[in-house]
Amino acid sequence: MAVNRREFIKIAGLSAALGLGGKAAFDLVLPGQVDAAQMSRPPQALQGSHWAMVVDLKKFKSEADAMALQEICHQAHNVPTIPGKQEIKWIWPTKFEHAFTHLENRQIPPDILETPVLVLCNHCENPPCVRVCPTKATFKRESDGIVIMDMHRCIGCRFCMAACPYGARSFNFADPRNYFKDGKLPNPDYPTRTKGVVEKCNFCAERLAVGKLPACVEAAKDGQLIFGDLNDPRSEVRKTLRTNYSIRRKPDLGTQPSVYYLV
Amino acid sequence: MYNAGKIITGLVIFVVIFTLPLWWQVGKAAPPAPKPELPKTAKVCVEDTAYMRTSHMQLLNDWRNAVVRDQDRVYVGKDGKKYSMSLTNDCMACHNDKKKFCDQCHNYLAVAPYCWDCHLTPEQVKESK
Repeated sequence: MAVNRREFIKIAGLSAALGLGGKAAFDLVLPGQVDAAQMSRPPQALQGSHWAMVVDLKKFKSEADAMALQEICHQAHNVPTIPGKQEIKWIWPTKFEHAFTHLENRQIPPDILETPVLVLCNHCENPPCVRVCPTKATFKRESDGIVIMDMHRCIGCRFCMAACPYGARSFNFADPRNYFKDGKLPNPDYPTRTKGVVEKCNFCAERLAVGKLPACVEAAKDGQLIFGDLNDPRSEVRKTLRTNYSIRRKPDLGTQPSVYYLV
Repeated sequence: MYNAGKIITGLVIFVVIFTLPLWWQVGKAAPPAPKPELPKTAKVCVEDTAYMRTSHMQLLNDWRNAVVRDQDRVYVGKDGKKYSMSLTNDCMACHNDKKKFCDQCHNYLAVAPYCWDCHLTPEQVKESK
C-alpha cells in the first residue's frame, strides 16, 4: 500500500506524540518504581579508570614486613585464620621462585631470590576467572578495572580457583564466623562471607568508595606499595613505572596483571 | 461393586488424612498478625511504607547491584535525603532491632532470608565493637 505525504505526516506526528507521552504513561502504570537516577556515586570516592599497584620488593626486608600487611588486610575484611589446606588468604608472602615462575634465569642475585614476595589478586586486564564464572559472580568492573565478586551470586563451583594462574582465590569450606573468638569480628563495618563461596582481594573497593586508599597501601611503610590509576599519566604508579623497570607475574599467559613488581 | 467395604474404608481414611490440616485448626485462634516495631529515631524510610512492605527485597537487590557493579553507593530517598546503600550500616542504623522488626514478618510468613549469613545484625556489630 502506498503511503502519500499527508498520511505519512499524520503517522509521524502521532508516533511523536505517543513517544512523548511514554514516560508519563509509564509513571502512571508503575508508580514508585526505583529509578536508576536515584542512585549515584559518592562524591568523596577516589576517581580512577584502571586501578593498579606497584610492589617495591627492595623495601621488604623480611617475611615479617609482608605478614604485617597481611594482618592489616585480613583484619579489615574479616578474613579468618584457618590452619591447613582450608586457609583463606587475600594477600600473602611467597618465595620469589614461586611468584615468578617464568624467570628461567639461574643467575638471579641471592638477595633477590631470598626476598619474600607479597602476592595478591592481580586484577588482570584479561581475567581468566571472569571467563569461567558460570553465574557472573566474578566480573571485571569496566569503570575502574577491579576484578570483583558479587558474593550473592557465587554458587561455590570453584571454576575460578582452577582458572586463576596465581592461586589468588580461597574457598570457604566452613562458616568463617566459627573461626573468630566469641564471634567477635575485627571489622564490624564489613560483612563476612558464608560457607560455600569463593573470596579474594577486592582492591579495597569499599575503601576507595569513601576516599581511602587500600588498607595494605595505607599501612605500608616508605613506598613498599604504590597504588593509583594506570590510565592517568600523572599518577604515582605511572611515574614509578616510567622510571623503574618492573616485572609482572606469569606475563606469558597474557592475563595482563595490574600488579607490578620492582626488583 | 467388588470389595466395597475395603474401598470405602480406604476412601474415608484418605479423605480424613488429606483434610487433616483443615480440621486440625478448627476452634483454634489464628496466629496473631505480625507487629514489626518501627524505629523511634526516624519517621520516614527511603521509600513509602507500602512500597517498602511489598518490595524491600527488590530494593535491596537493586542496591546490591548498584553498589557492587556500578559503584553507586548513594541513594536519594523519597524525602530527597541522601542515604548510603548499606544494609548493616544504613537500614539497620534505624531498624536497630532485627528480632523486633525483620523477624516479626519473616517468622510469620516462614521465610528465612540469608542476609545474615554474611551481613551483621546490629547485635553482632555491638558485640564486635
